Amino acid sequence: MTRDRTAGHAASLILKRAFVKLGILPFLLLAALLIFTLMSENFLTIRNLTNVFRQSVYLTIVSIGQMLALLTGGFDLSVGTILALASVAGAMAMASAYAAMPEAIWLAITIGCLAGVAAGTLIGVVNGVGVAFFSVSPFMMSLGMASVGFGVALYLTGGVPVYGMPVEFGDTFGFGEVMGVPVPVLVAALLVLALYIFLYRTPYGRHLYAVGGNLKAASLSGINTRVTLLFTYVLCAFLAAVAGILLTARLDTGEANIGASMPLESIAACVIAGVSLRGGTGRLENVVLGALFIGLVQNGMNLARIESYLQTVVLGALLILAVIADQIRLTYVATLKD
Amino acid sequence: MLVATDSITKDYPGVRALNDVNLDLRAGEVHVLFGENGAGKSTLISILAGAERPTSGTLQFRGQQIVLHSVNDARQLGISAVFQEFSLIPQMTVEENLFLGAEPRTGVFLERRRSRESARGILVELDFPIDPATRVDQLTRAEQQMVEIAKAFRSDLSVLILDEPTASLTNHESDKLFALIDDLTRRGIGIVYITHRMGEIRRIGDRISVLRDGILIDTLDAGTASESDLVRLMTGRDVGKIFPDRTPKPAGENLLTITGLTTRDGTVLRASIKVNAGEILGLAGLVGSGKSEVLQAAFGARAISEGQVLYRDHDTTGRDPKRNINDGFLYLPPDRRLEGLIMMRPARENMALAALDVSPFSRGAWLTPRREKRMAEDLADRLNLQPRQIERPAGMFSGGNQQKVMLARSLTREFRLIVYDEPTVGVDVGTRAAIYRFIVELAQGGMAVILISSDLSEIIHLSHRAYVFHRGQVQAELSGEDLTEESVLANFFDREAA
Repeated sequence: MTRDRTAGHAASLILKRAFVKLGILPFLLLAALLIFTLMSENFLTIRNLTNVFRQSVYLTIVSIGQMLALLTGGFDLSVGTILALASVAGAMAMASAYAAMPEAIWLAITIGCLAGVAAGTLIGVVNGVGVAFFSVSPFMMSLGMASVGFGVALYLTGGVPVYGMPVEFGDTFGFGEVMGVPVPVLVAALLVLALYIFLYRTPYGRHLYAVGGNLKAASLSGINTRVTLLFTYVLCAFLAAVAGILLTARLDTGEANIGASMPLESIAACVIAGVSLRGGTGRLENVVLGALFIGLVQNGMNLARIESYLQTVVLGALLILAVIADQIRLTYVATLKD
Repeated sequence: MLVATDSITKDYPGVRALNDVNLDLRAGEVHVLFGENGAGKSTLISILAGAERPTSGTLQFRGQQIVLHSVNDARQLGISAVFQEFSLIPQMTVEENLFLGAEPRTGVFLERRRSRESARGILVELDFPIDPATRVDQLTRAEQQMVEIAKAFRSDLSVLILDEPTASLTNHESDKLFALIDDLTRRGIGIVYITHRMGEIRRIGDRISVLRDGILIDTLDAGTASESDLVRLMTGRDVGKIFPDRTPKPAGENLLTITGLTTRDGTVLRASIKVNAGEILGLAGLVGSGKSEVLQAAFGARAISEGQVLYRDHDTTGRDPKRNINDGFLYLPPDRRLEGLIMMRPARENMALAALDVSPFSRGAWLTPRREKRMAEDLADRLNLQPRQIERPAGMFSGGNQQKVMLARSLTREFRLIVYDEPTVGVDVGTRAAIYRFIVELAQGGMAVILISSDLSEIIHLSHRAYVFHRGQVQAELSGEDLTEESVLANFFDREAA
């Protein structure tokens, strides 16, 4: 019996160490895979999992942007608005350019994409200036801009969806494939790769972590903390705006009310992936997994015919669970200090 | 015998923090705990204060075996600890803090008058000149410590545990603390006192227990123990002298000249200082005397309203830290946790922080991780980082080793002038000796070093020349024979009063 107990003790110690090292995400992923495979036979199929990838693209792109804000110790509550504004502005610009010169399809598409991304990124510029130069708390700044941006998007459209974009736009960026890989997935993969290089292969990425970890120390080490903060929010907004354009292509309309769930879902994806709300810690690859996990759960719940209203309940609960797990992890870190 | 530990052992997963420790505290004595960072001092006092429970072994209080389940249990018995991190709520008043968790009340209602009177009573008894209605965040660090100590007097005190209480106090404030300790011991209260400072042991200690790697090596009489004995017991080896031999003052070219500098916040007033290559310049003075602020201003981390900073014959007044660092001028701050290190990031990243834009850390716009890793390993060897794990988060190292991580920045690029602000606060004697050698070697290599310190012996033994600051102004410039403890101290306080 004593041997059983020591064996059990050793096993729990290994589990504890794994938890401290990897965080909550692997455990949640495993649990989700197990539960949904049992609940629906269609879940664990190549086709369905490809679907999960395709559906998670938008959240993934927004989440890696959100991660940047979290790394610097802030967050961005305006990502949903940025998505919406990019969608509306992009769609309107594209539709009017297309109407003006119906033969120059790709020019219209380019104009639309640029306009959408620019409009969304502008919100990030304002966020960044407020946070970096006027020391407005990221919470207030992005909450305020979320309202401003949403208002502008509604004002521009009168609350009506924007139609009239060339079919090629949706066909390419919404449903297109390159060598069997959906274009949105490809775009997301490229963005993740570029961001990975930026974060881990250039000094600027290191600056971001440093600013979030200890602003004062970063500043005394010769890092321009203001420029770093400004750039963080601009980049975050840029990524959300790209997600907005891709989603517009998928829906074939520009809409002011898409992206409402994005702030919560993107923060959840980051936190579940172990990004600290205190800034300074978190890995890009984990955030991608975190976003995929949320996509997986949503897909699984759809297959298991769980009502969409209940799904938001589950999501909120998961977010809180992840934060609690992070706290427990911190106490374990303290006791396991070797 | 007030308190005794009987074969106390404390295990944390993977490490034995205390091993079979037998310590006893007599009534009316000051019992000093001495040891390197990580030797088990903090664990021992946590157990005495009821914050941790021993894995095996027992505690005795006035001859009775006791089990402490919580800090409150210990308080009931009159055992209280004042840790380095204060347990005060800054937004509350002194009085509210004093009775936090044990508020005088009738039923569910607070008895404000009674708590005000008891608070005043305690403060008067201890002779602390603090108004109980003041908010804690408006007190100085020394006053906050007084409140923390006063908290221990809520119930009848018999054992007071003080963890490096003078670390952030000025000399004057420390004197007041020592007077209080004298008074308490006369009343029969036993005091457990942790310190790294030899002078304090001499001054107030009765017995000294030396801890090393969780083992109580020996308990000696403070009157007879010599400094070298203590250091040998603590480190388990001869570290030799703590201060390296003084080298002759070099005749290097002038590097930095500050003329008539006044900061916008008024912490520095018309200060002028100069430093040459190869020189170790000391800056002494009380906390808030302007000795740190003047260099922060020159470095670009504090706004200047008047005066001129000349670095390498160029006017660099108001230049930001980034450009100063690029030009070989670095300032390393005193508070590792608040300003120096990024605690959750690896030691490697912390070392590299001020040199990410140059080789071997990057080439062009790209980081060079492999060369960075090699460089960090070399630096860890050079500074004898313990444990030598460059990927370990900075916050997981002991205080002395955190300091080494920060000092490693000195070697990450070609610096000509480095300012070390309080480089040995909270650092054990063995590491301190290593830091001193490190600084002297840098100066011998032709670098200019400015050493800002509240520890007078550092200034006296290491610097070629020193300025004494008082109320934002340079009060005196001392060098050679004139640079003695007495001459520095004479300039610490108001001239009229001295």
